[in-house]
Amino acid sequence: MLEYARWKYALVGVVLLLALILALPNVFGEAPALQFARKDRAEITAQAQGSIEKFLTDQKIPYDKAVNEKERLTVQFADVATQLRARDAVNGNESLTKDYATAMSFISRAPALFSKLGLKPMPLGLDLRGGLNLLYQVDTAGAVAQVLDSYEQSVRRALQDAKIPFSDVVQIAVNDSKTNNAVRVLLPAGADAGAVRDALAKTITDLTLDTLNLATGPAVQGVLTEKQIRERTDYAITKNIETIRNRVNELGVAEPIVQRQGTDRINVQLAGVLNSAEVKDILGKVATLEWRLVDMQNNAYEAKARNRAPLGSKLYTQRGSGAPILLKREVIVTGDNLTDARSTTSQEGPAVAIKLDSRGGDEMFKTTSANVGRLMGVVFIEKSRENIIVDGKPLLQADGKPATREVTTQEVISSATIKGVFGPQFNITGLQQSEARELALLLRAGSLAAPIYVVEERVVGPSVGAENIRHGIEALIIGMAGTFLFMIIYYKVFGIVADLVLVSNVVLLSALLSMLGTQLSLPGIAGIILTVGMAVDANVLIYERIREELRLGVSPQAAIKAGFEKAFSAIADSNITTLIAGLVLYVLGKGAIQNFAVVLVLGIGTSLFTALMGSRALLTLMYGGKRKLTRLPI
Amino acid sequence: MEFFHKQTNFPFMATRKVWYGLSAVLMIICFISFYFRGLNLALDFTGGVSVEVTFSMPTDAEKVRATLTAAGFHEPQVQTFGSSREVAIRLQSEKGGPAESSDVVRARITQALTPLDPKVVINPPDIVGAQVGDELRNSAIWALTCTLAGIFIYLALRFHTWRLSAGAILAVMHDPILVLGIFSITQTPFDLAVVAAVLAVIGYSLNDTVVVFDRIRERFEKSRRLPPELALDQAINQTLSRTIMTKVVTSIVVLALLFFGGPVLRGFAEALLIGIIAGTYSSIWISSAVALDCGLTAEHVFPSVKKSPVDHLP
Repeated sequence: MLEYARWKYALVGVVLLLALILALPNVFGEAPALQFARKDRAEITAQAQGSIEKFLTDQKIPYDKAVNEKERLTVQFADVATQLRARDAVNGNESLTKDYATAMSFISRAPALFSKLGLKPMPLGLDLRGGLNLLYQVDTAGAVAQVLDSYEQSVRRALQDAKIPFSDVVQIAVNDSKTNNAVRVLLPAGADAGAVRDALAKTITDLTLDTLNLATGPAVQGVLTEKQIRERTDYAITKNIETIRNRVNELGVAEPIVQRQGTDRINVQLAGVLNSAEVKDILGKVATLEWRLVDMQNNAYEAKARNRAPLGSKLYTQRGSGAPILLKREVIVTGDNLTDARSTTSQEGPAVAIKLDSRGGDEMFKTTSANVGRLMGVVFIEKSRENIIVDGKPLLQADGKPATREVTTQEVISSATIKGVFGPQFNITGLQQSEARELALLLRAGSLAAPIYVVEERVVGPSVGAENIRHGIEALIIGMAGTFLFMIIYYKVFGIVADLVLVSNVVLLSALLSMLGTQLSLPGIAGIILTVGMAVDANVLIYERIREELRLGVSPQAAIKAGFEKAFSAIADSNITTLIAGLVLYVLGKGAIQNFAVVLVLGIGTSLFTALMGSRALLTLMYGGKRKLTRLPI
Repeated sequence: MEFFHKQTNFPFMATRKVWYGLSAVLMIICFISFYFRGLNLALDFTGGVSVEVTFSMPTDAEKVRATLTAAGFHEPQVQTFGSSREVAIRLQSEKGGPAESSDVVRARITQALTPLDPKVVINPPDIVGAQVGDELRNSAIWALTCTLAGIFIYLALRFHTWRLSAGAILAVMHDPILVLGIFSITQTPFDLAVVAAVLAVIGYSLNDTVVVFDRIRERFEKSRRLPPELALDQAINQTLSRTIMTKVVTSIVVLALLFFGGPVLRGFAEALLIGIIAGTYSSIWISSAVALDCGLTAEHVFPSVKKSPVDHLP
């Protein structure tokens, strides 16, 4: 008699049943879809749904179904070509784009019941779905430079307030740093450095101030500590991820992936996006706004002629006219105080309707109450990279590529008389329609805390993605079929048992991957196929042992028992080595390779479970109770 | 069906000098190839720009290269693939700086190639910054080193004696070197997926060695007086049908990947196939033989036996 504990049967049964349910949504595949959401975030009524459906019908664009989830409407199409046609038709329609934001997405073809139960298929990676993969480098030196800028500003202000004369305030690299990490106040010879330190210590509390004696005279400097720099760069990366995520959402890409990679990189995966120019343009923009009062006492043209702004003011140019304008150094409100920005049309033409947070609103209220009748300017600040031009030709690096540098564009986009007191809500005018739309988008999404630039870019066309899926599935089916056939030829009935075990292994693995929401890539599919091949090993070890025992003349049931028991140490040992390789790959790998590692490691677990427990349960069930068993079909 | 109807009895250990010689020759060839040819590193590791271009008529790669060089591209690599209308272009990226914008590269290539063929289609390029490539190369080397180190530690702990560990380690070094060597000789593109395959090969190749070692331990357990050479031969023979069976099945799935998995997985599948063959060879002929030549005996596998009080009784 061969026995197997009842709870083990129960465990195998329950696990496999659960796995089957969890893995089932993967069978249905996914369909291309278009998502509609109202720009004012209101619910989509049945009537609105009807008008969208009517629009598609009128355009002769066939769709499979439209699912209204109130906050968004998902229209499902038969293929990607139709999906693209529908998107272009919708985007070309003024009345629809006015109210709705659209996003391309993929939805599962599985019956709605599954998604209600929270059962989802494995999401497909970009290599299977097609799309754009961007890797951004966060310019951490730029993030530190922004901090130094603000220290420099407060140093100047503190010294002016204390009426202490100084030669200059500069940003400088000290303590073997490769980039600037300190702000230094240069004083005329014989000046009292102590007084400067006292004046600065009042406002700048988080920097340690040192006094130096330079050839030109005394100087006082504040140096950022390593910790401060690290905190600032960490903050810049976190903030940038948040901003990029917001901007991607504004672009209308469904299920985008924005994640940190390594210490200072951000990976952006946009399924279905092929036009990288538009995306990179929006994602990479470092744009923010500042509101300042216009300096009306001084003449801007005079200042421009002297190329020097009067004390307490800053010289800017106006967008469009290019005329100089002087603004006060004090910033009333910046883009950071913004809670919402939408493009609208006002009496004075296209405009951006601004909403500020309460602090910004209070500041704005205070300033406008005290300055009715005066002018207020809005400064638009944008950072980008451009080629360095020398003598009309781009400057080339040693390898023949053009050299680039970061440029900051600061323009006054509008200056208007404060007609009345206002607080957190108002309009910015003086823009073109397209400018208003882009500005609203950028402002809504927040500003980048540090400049970013693309270091890696890969595009997978939708047809290549479909091709990859086809290849993956073909290899899976053929590989499995070959294995199954061979196992049956070699082990007869036991081969069928092994095949059932292999199938349950794949089901269990897919269930685990679906449950964890692991994105499946082509190397991931290869991992599943490989797991099938490797899972056979455990069965082979057991079966060969059973054969050996039978050759020694052991009774069939005792042979099965001995086979499982004696093969165990070899199975366990041989899987640990693969586990080590898989774990290393998981820790050091990225993207698709990491996906392969996940599948490899999980596959070891599932194949151990199915080969040791599943196959034993099945064989015991088949042969355990037969008293007169004389030989095994192995 | 069975590969071997009766228990086989091949004298593997007796012929080991021949296999040592073969392995030594193979290793030397691999190292010569590394030294002179190196690996054909893919975009993942070198950084740069990779573009696929489709011409409306068959084109000569050399002509495309000359045209690109004339247009100011620095050392472009041009390769035809598929039909001779399809061409893959590789450009090196500048060191350090930001990757060039894909639109700019695409426009420049279009501008350069249009005179050659007005109907040329330039696909969106893949771009990897030089810095990213360098980092990936480092992390691939790290991954290999860490895996080998992890496996060394595991083996040292698992088999109580350095003799078996040494055999396993030599066998496990042997297989990836052979995979890399063949990739170097054939100049097959070496990308990240191949690194993943090499790591998997290291894991799998050890499977066999460990199963054989497990059996050696068992043989010694049965009879401590068994001459080591005989014990090792028995262990390999007894696990032989399992070794072959498992390898046949894994080869079936790897061949399916190779022939049906598409171009993306080709290098990956090739590396696995070479690795599986090398792994089978090294676990049968190399790992146990090295252990034997290191002087492996039953006492090394069961050191505690000597100290057991039973042995001191008359």
